[in-house]
Formats: sequence, C-alpha cells, structure tokens
Amino acid sequence: MNLDFPPEDTAFREEVRTFLAENYPRDLREKQERGETLGKEDYLSWHRILAKKGWSTPSWPVELGGTGWTPTQKYIWSEEQARADTLGVLPFGVSMLAPVLYTFGTEEQKQRFLPGIRDGIDWWCQGYSEPGSGSDLASLKTRAERITGDDGKEYYVVNGQKTWTTLGQHADWGFFLVRTDPDAKPQAGISFLLIDMKSPGIAVRRITTLEGGHEVNDVFLDNVKVPVENRVFHENQGWTCAKALLAHERSGIAGVARSKRGLERLRQMASTEMSDDGGSLIQDAFFRRKVAELEIDLTALEFTELRTLAGESSGKGPGPESSILKIKGTEIQQRLQDLALEAAGHYGAPFLGEAGHNSGIGPQHSLDLAGDYFNGRKTSIYGGSNEIQRNIISKMVLGL
Amino acid sequence: MDFSFTEEQSMLRDTIASYLADNYSFDQRRAALGREPFWRPDVWSAFADELGILGAAFPEAQGGLGGGYTENMVVMEELGKALVVEPYLGTVVIGGGFLKHGAPAGAEEMIGQIIAGKAIFAFAYAEPQGRYNIRDLKTTARKDGAGYVLNGHKAVVVGAPYATHLVVTARTGGGQRDAGGISVFIVPKSAKGVTTRDYPTVDGFRASEVYFENVALGAEARIGGEGEALPLVEKVMDEAIAATCAEACGVLRRLQEGTVEYTKQRKQFGVPISSFQVLQHRMVDMFIQLEQSISMTYMATIRLSDGDAERAKAASAAKVQIGKACKFVGQNAVQLHGGMGVTDEMAIGHYFKRATMIEGLFGSTDHHLARYETLSLGAAA
Repeated sequence: MNLDFPPEDTAFREEVRTFLAENYPRDLREKQERGETLGKEDYLSWHRILAKKGWSTPSWPVELGGTGWTPTQKYIWSEEQARADTLGVLPFGVSMLAPVLYTFGTEEQKQRFLPGIRDGIDWWCQGYSEPGSGSDLASLKTRAERITGDDGKEYYVVNGQKTWTTLGQHADWGFFLVRTDPDAKPQAGISFLLIDMKSPGIAVRRITTLEGGHEVNDVFLDNVKVPVENRVFHENQGWTCAKALLAHERSGIAGVARSKRGLERLRQMASTEMSDDGGSLIQDAFFRRKVAELEIDLTALEFTELRTLAGESSGKGPGPESSILKIKGTEIQQRLQDLALEAAGHYGAPFLGEAGHNSGIGPQHSLDLAGDYFNGRKTSIYGGSNEIQRNIISKMVLGL
Repeated sequence: MDFSFTEEQSMLRDTIASYLADNYSFDQRRAALGREPFWRPDVWSAFADELGILGAAFPEAQGGLGGGYTENMVVMEELGKALVVEPYLGTVVIGGGFLKHGAPAGAEEMIGQIIAGKAIFAFAYAEPQGRYNIRDLKTTARKDGAGYVLNGHKAVVVGAPYATHLVVTARTGGGQRDAGGISVFIVPKSAKGVTTRDYPTVDGFRASEVYFENVALGAEARIGGEGEALPLVEKVMDEAIAATCAEACGVLRRLQEGTVEYTKQRKQFGVPISSFQVLQHRMVDMFIQLEQSISMTYMATIRLSDGDAERAKAASAAKVQIGKACKFVGQNAVQLHGGMGVTDEMAIGHYFKRATMIEGLFGSTDHHLARYETLSLGAAA
C-alpha cells in the first residue's frame, strides 16, 4: 500500500497542466468569471479543442478514441481540470450513451454515432424520466409502435412525454427509453431508441428551476417516426442498456476533484468574510468546525473512490459500490453549497439575474451562491435518487 | 498509488484469522475474561511462537519479519474482528514504536523480548486531570545524579495488569501543560515504588491506576531527548491511532455483518425484518460508514510515513471518521437487534461496547476534530 506517483505520472500531470493553461479559451474563462449563462457553443468549443488533442473521451476503448490512461492518470486528469476550473465535457454523449453504443450497438451504429460524440459535433440529451415515472423508471409509458412506412421501411411511431431532459434545448439527438410491449412485465417491454431531435412531432418546453435557470425541459413526442435501425440492442431488451448506462452515470458522479476545488474556494471566501466578533469567519469556532468535518468526509470519499478505481484497474467494472460514491459525493456537494451560502451572510439574498453580475452589489464571491444552493438540490435526486441508491446497495451488496 | 496487499501480508491475515477462528470464539473469550488472570497468556505465547506474528512489524535487522505499518493494520483488523484483549497495541505498536523511533540503548534486546512474547508493554500517558491533552502532566521525573526519580499517578493504563514494562510520560521541566519539558521513560513494572490498582474495563480489557512513588530510574531508562520527547510521543500516538482505526474496522465489520445476518433470521409480522425498507436503508448507512472507515484507515496508515503535520492531520481525520462510525454503527446494530441487542448473551453487544470505548481511545471525536482544525488552519496560514 502506498500513494506514490511514479515519475511517468508526475510528468503526465505536468503535460496536462500545461495543456490546460495554454489551450483553455480565454473568452470562456472570462464568461465563467462573470457568471454568465453558457451557451451551446461555449461547451462545444472546449469539447472540440479536447477532441483535437485526443482527450475528449479518455475512458473509451483505445480503438474508438480512448486515451488508454491508467486509473491514476484519469484521476490526475480530473484533478487538473478541477484545479484549472475548466468546464467539463458534457456526460450525455461521452460517458452515458457511448458505453451503451460500444457495448450493445451494431458496427453500423458505432460508426455512425461515436465520431460525432467524440468530436463534439452532436449534442445528445437523455429521454428517461416521465411525469409518472421517476424512481420507478420501468413504469414508463412513452409508447413506440412498429409500422411499415410508405417507403416500405420499418419505423417506430413514438408518442409520449419525457421530462427533466437536461440541456435538451440544445440537443441534436436524444436517447430514449420507450415501451414497445405494453403487455410484458414492466422491465421486459422497453426498447432503447436514438431519436433525431429535429424529427417532426418533437416539442421541447422549458422548465424553469428554482434559481431561474433553464437547464431542464419537457420533451413531447407526437407521432414521431424513428427508423428501426436507430434501436440499440434487441427490441424489448432496452432495460439492459438502461441499467448499464446508469452504472456509468453514477461512477463519475462523486465529483471529488471538483468538491476539493469548491472547498478551497469556500476557505478563501470564509477568510475574507467576517464573523460576528470581527475576526474572519474561517476562525469562527462553529463555522470552521463544519468546514473541518466536511473536509474529513471528502477525504474519506476520495479514498473510497481511489479504492474503487484500484478495483476497476484490476478488472472489475463499476459495481453497485458506485452507489456509495453517488450518495456521499452528492451529499458533500450539497453541504459545500449550503456552507457557501451561509458564509455569504446578507449578500446571499440579492437576486441579480442575468444582468446583475457587474452590479457592484455585495462581494463578487457571493453572486449566485443561493442559486447554486437551490439548483444543487437536484444532485441527490438525479441519476437515481439517493434513496434508490440505498435500495441498490441493500439488494446488490447486502443481499437484503 | 497502490491499495493491494503483498502475498506475505495476505498470509499474515489468513494465519491470524484461522488461529482466532479455532481458538478465540465468543464463548472462549467470555470464559477467559471471567477468571484469573483475566487474559490468555497461552494466546500470547501462540502469537509469539506458533504464529510468529509479534515480529511482523519489526525490521529484519532487529529480528522481525521486515514489515511495518501495513502489517500492524492487518493484524489489528483481525484482532478487532475477534475482540482480542491481548496487548498487541500496547506492546508491538506502542512499546515497539517507542523502541524503534527512540532507539534507546538496549532497544534491540528489548525488541527481541517483545518478538519472543516475553516483554509486554502498557502506555501510561493519561492523568486524572488531563483529559485528552497529552501535554497535561503532573507526573515528574526529577534529576537525581545521573538518573531520575519518578513521582505521579497515571490514569486508566490499559493493559497494565498484564504488562512487564510501562512506557511513562513525565515532566523533567516546564509547566503543567507546556510542550517543552516532557520526557519518556521505560519503567519495569516490578521497579520499587510502582504500585497499581487493577480493574476490568467495560469492554473486557483490564487496566490500572498506576502510582509512582520515588521510583529510581537510571539514565538509560529515558527514550529520546530530555524534555524534548513530545514529537516522539505524538508520532507513536498517531501510529497507535491508525492501528486502533484498523481494529475498529474489524469491530465495525462484525457489527454490520452481524446485523444484516440477524435481520434476515428474525421474523415479525410474518416476514424477515430485513424486508423492511426503513431497516434496509439503516443497514446501508451502516455499510457506508464501514467503507468510509476502511478508506480512512488506509489513508492514515499510508500517511504515517509522511512529515509530522501531514501524519498528524491524517491520523486525526481518520479518528474522527472512526469515532462517528463506531457510534452510528454500534448504536444501530443494537437497535436493529431489538431487545436481544441489550442482552449480555449475544456477541453484538460486546462489539458495541468495544466500539464505544474506541470512540474515546487516544482522544474523542471532538478532540481530533479540534486537532485537525488547528493543523489545517496552520497549513493555510
């Protein structure tokens, strides 16, 4: 047992750090610092720079565009991105759909869709949840009926409603769970479809979240025609794909490196904010104790993740233990947001919206902290709520 | 970065586990703790001779097997699983730690005695007034010619009834709570002027109030510099904390697994109570606490080799996690066992008692949170 980084990993860290410093777009950095809402091109421009370097899809198989990095190198990569406050690559295509495609997809599907994901050409969104199907995802009702079109080809005609579709307003494509056999048991009648978001019959409606942002959407599907070749894996066996995707979604969800960076920011902020007795807030007995407890819990999460990574490098895939990372990771993210808002004091209150970022009201670090806190309540709900994660551990690990 | 164990370390684990499975059942333990001498010298001899594990963490040059912190971790976790009371922590981890780092004259011979199972150590550091502050010492070692004269009262010295030697912290200078002026001595328990009042602890161990009255010590009894031993004491205590965390992982594992097992057997309302979601989620939270504790024990064990500040931060962080886990897992294990959890008849309650005592061992959760805070703010400044 040791924590030593061999020389080649230290050199790798240098390489990554230099690359990020030299290539992260200046205008994107400035927008982030001003707290502006980022658009589709902001995300994709950085994705394309990474793709050009060959680093947009580190975890993929090497022959498809993966980097072949060791778990340690991937860990360094996520640490350095967090340290440099870069945007992450959006997960929907790269880390959620792609593993399903290269595990269950046909050769044709891989060739058709993977390059666009890797290179930041196509923006993907997720069509899983429905108004009546949240934690009980398998109860989903969006219906896909198979027809033969006027052109003699086979199609699915899809009708229903999806919801909580993150950044669906920008999406070129979506991956959808649909019911192809209404008479089978819930899990047995589901298929996994790739749908062009420009198809006639699709409507995307904004859902405004607590902080006023536009992140999630409803997606309505009204007689949407989808070619049968856009189905991944067998008809009625989409649940297999759905579950595999969720395990991958969870494994990256701990966000240890980002939380470490967040803790650093919280400490900085709390050393300039004042406590009631005129000292700095970080010296306040109650506040600093909460920070210390958070840091200790984050250390525990970090080492649990490192143990998981070590297990993966010895050949185990992301198992049900990744549910621990989801639960603890999101709890820590939320505690950070909670403490940051608390640290802001009075200046947690002003709601300055889009235009207010140069308003000069309150210290710069207080901006949007309430918004982050409100928005951040989602983390213990999405990706399978933390209660569902407990069900998974209970059944799969403890055998209850 | 490597979290795997060597073949030797895995063998060490298997050796201890299988010996304890055959020789250290709950009933055997209980019987031994209920009669003189209230521990099992035969088990200790077996550790030394039959299993040869007492040398696992000592360098080969000193007659050991060449291991170190990881070996101590492996041994302690297995001892925790069986609630072993025999004094590995006091003797190998603490006594051995002082001898290795302090390297007094005659250390090699004494390490040989430890490995052979002949020398047994207990750590006399706490005092009635001092709570968890290891600097708060009224015990004095007054210079007398080339040697010292020791006077004082040490509180709840765990393992002292079985010990042949005591490691004692005492003031050779400075005020009662000063960092300077602290020295460490090895005192044979048979020395003239040493008296003890022995008693059982609530978790089945034995401890003593130890009194020193004009105990004459030679200069060779001192470990480390005169009045400058605090860093040495802190280092060895951090090693003891990491080892205790490992023991706790063994205890917590038994509490968690035992509870899962029990709820699968126990039926109410016509079904196993393990089918109730409210209990399932509680057990998941217990499992998460266990996993986080294992992670922190690895972390602290690995960081024992780091510099003083990093090592101390790591040990305190781990002790905070273990303290919280011992409380949460222990209390909920009893709760989910219902009335049976409160009886003396089932092992679960005995694991709970040990877990509860580990919470306060070498400093409570609050003590270590405060130490961690001080160290991390120090690093920020």
